Amino acid sequence: MKNNQPYTPREIMTIMAAREIKNGDIVFSGTGISMLAAMAAKNINAPDSVIFFETGAIDSLLEELPFAVADPRIMYWAAANSRLTDAFATMQNKITGDKVIAILGAAQIDRYGNLNTTCIGDYFSPEIRFSGSGGGCDVASFVPRCIAFMQHEKRKFVNKLDYLTSPGQLNGNNSRKEAGLRPGGVSVVVTNLGVMRFDKNTGQMILDKFYPGITPEMILENTEFDMDISKAALADPPTNRELKILREECDPQRLILE
Amino acid sequence: MKNRLNKVIPLKQAIEKYVKNGSHISIGGFTLNRNPMAAVYEIIRQKIKNLHLYAHSNGMGLDELIGAGCISKLEIAYAGKGKAAPTCIRFAKAIQNNEILFEDYSNYMMSLRFMAGSMGVPFLPTLSGFGSDILTKWGFSKTLRKSDPKIPDEKLAVIDNPFGNWTDASKVLLVPAINPDITIIHVQKADAMGTCSIQGLTFADIEQVKASKKVIVTCEKLVEKEELRQNPDLNQIPFIHVSTVCHVPLGGYPTAVYGCYDYDSQYLRNFATAAKDQKNFKKYQDKYIYNAKDHKAFLKVVGQKRIDAIAADPRTGYSVNMKRD
Repeated sequence: MKNNQPYTPREIMTIMAAREIKNGDIVFSGTGISMLAAMAAKNINAPDSVIFFETGAIDSLLEELPFAVADPRIMYWAAANSRLTDAFATMQNKITGDKVIAILGAAQIDRYGNLNTTCIGDYFSPEIRFSGSGGGCDVASFVPRCIAFMQHEKRKFVNKLDYLTSPGQLNGNNSRKEAGLRPGGVSVVVTNLGVMRFDKNTGQMILDKFYPGITPEMILENTEFDMDISKAALADPPTNRELKILREECDPQRLILE
Repeated sequence: MKNRLNKVIPLKQAIEKYVKNGSHISIGGFTLNRNPMAAVYEIIRQKIKNLHLYAHSNGMGLDELIGAGCISKLEIAYAGKGKAAPTCIRFAKAIQNNEILFEDYSNYMMSLRFMAGSMGVPFLPTLSGFGSDILTKWGFSKTLRKSDPKIPDEKLAVIDNPFGNWTDASKVLLVPAINPDITIIHVQKADAMGTCSIQGLTFADIEQVKASKKVIVTCEKLVEKEELRQNPDLNQIPFIHVSTVCHVPLGGYPTAVYGCYDYDSQYLRNFATAAKDQKNFKKYQDKYIYNAKDHKAFLKVVGQKRIDAIAADPRTGYSVNMKRD
């Protein structure tokens, strides 16, 4: 898609996700663009947010961008280097649990914010096999607020997932609670076209913001399921300050921004 | 008098003794960090087959073992190893081509399964995974489960909270314990008796070791007992859990060992490229694994230049400003 804006799609996605992170949040991060969003929030709008990883490192000093959640770069100057069971306990702890916000990616998402990171095609004999849940299913089960990062394409925003790896609102209405899950799951979806949230009652995805140069209709064209666009508004584009910090302080080598 | 608690033997002998065709095994580390790679390569050289591997997120070790045809059954949460291969390539191929039986769990579930095994209980509960296909889709059939005494009859189970609504949970999801025949981990320091000191994240290594019927420890540095006893707070695994110790410097290469060396992103990328094509992969395996008689010979093929490039900086524990692919 042509982009005549003074920022790239990756830059606006990163800024939109960073704005979701509040000061004092404990940010569960993967690598790549989700790591960059967590770092952008820390540098721009949430200086006291804390980044942590499912492998157990908490509040590491990230002098270099890690390439994986077990990268030795996350082990340096951490508040604690612990282990997997501790990291998942952090998401359910009485003091820390409610402050956790997670950033997840997926191959497919449905209207209820359920995610597939396992396979395309039949589970037992897939066309494409992906890495699998990792901590994704646990995070979507435990964490009250989750940001999903997605490329906005019809084959990714689907009516039915090929495999439900990480639970969102399941079948909507009260089904998440009835299944035995605590409140949580994907609460906001940030794509290269806009920002989606979920209706509190039905659990269905609704369009919240569309980016400059994008229309709600374009977003519907790239989504397999119906979505309420009646309350959608134009997003505030990234400010010069946000872009400057993102480019000069968070990823000066453009390892992720390209 | 010979110290009867000296458990040090050569790696080749340790693998011969403890890893058999059909063994249920687990390996330590996570994606591109602290995988016991020297042991993995030795298993491949000894052509041990039909292994049942329990993994949470063992990237490189897992993909080498699958690529060499050593694994017939796999229980796993995540198969990826960072930028070079977000999904492990031989793993994906093996599943797409129906070459292995596999069962998906999450990282927390696999960690709890090892923890259950280490505690001697049949299962542990969690509130993760309700409503997911992890719960409903079983890679190992009921028939297979019933016929194999080493595999539990159920993949997992959901029960009502026996304590009513205590802690606001109406149900719990139970994951079965794992007790591997053998667990292999690679650590920074061990003594001849097997006491281990791990630096950096321990991932699920401690639970894996304590769940296992036998344990092989490979270590970067084989140190005197006194060195470890001076700082017991830094030792995670006491010798009583360890069956044997192998001194293997660079035994985690090409994955990272915190404080010692970084991952070799160039090696990982070359592996990923070769793994995509059967012919190239065979060439890769011949060059690095089969034609090298042991880990020392393997490292010779790799070359000192790569080893120098990944040496850890003493301040940060990784290779600062290393060129990363």
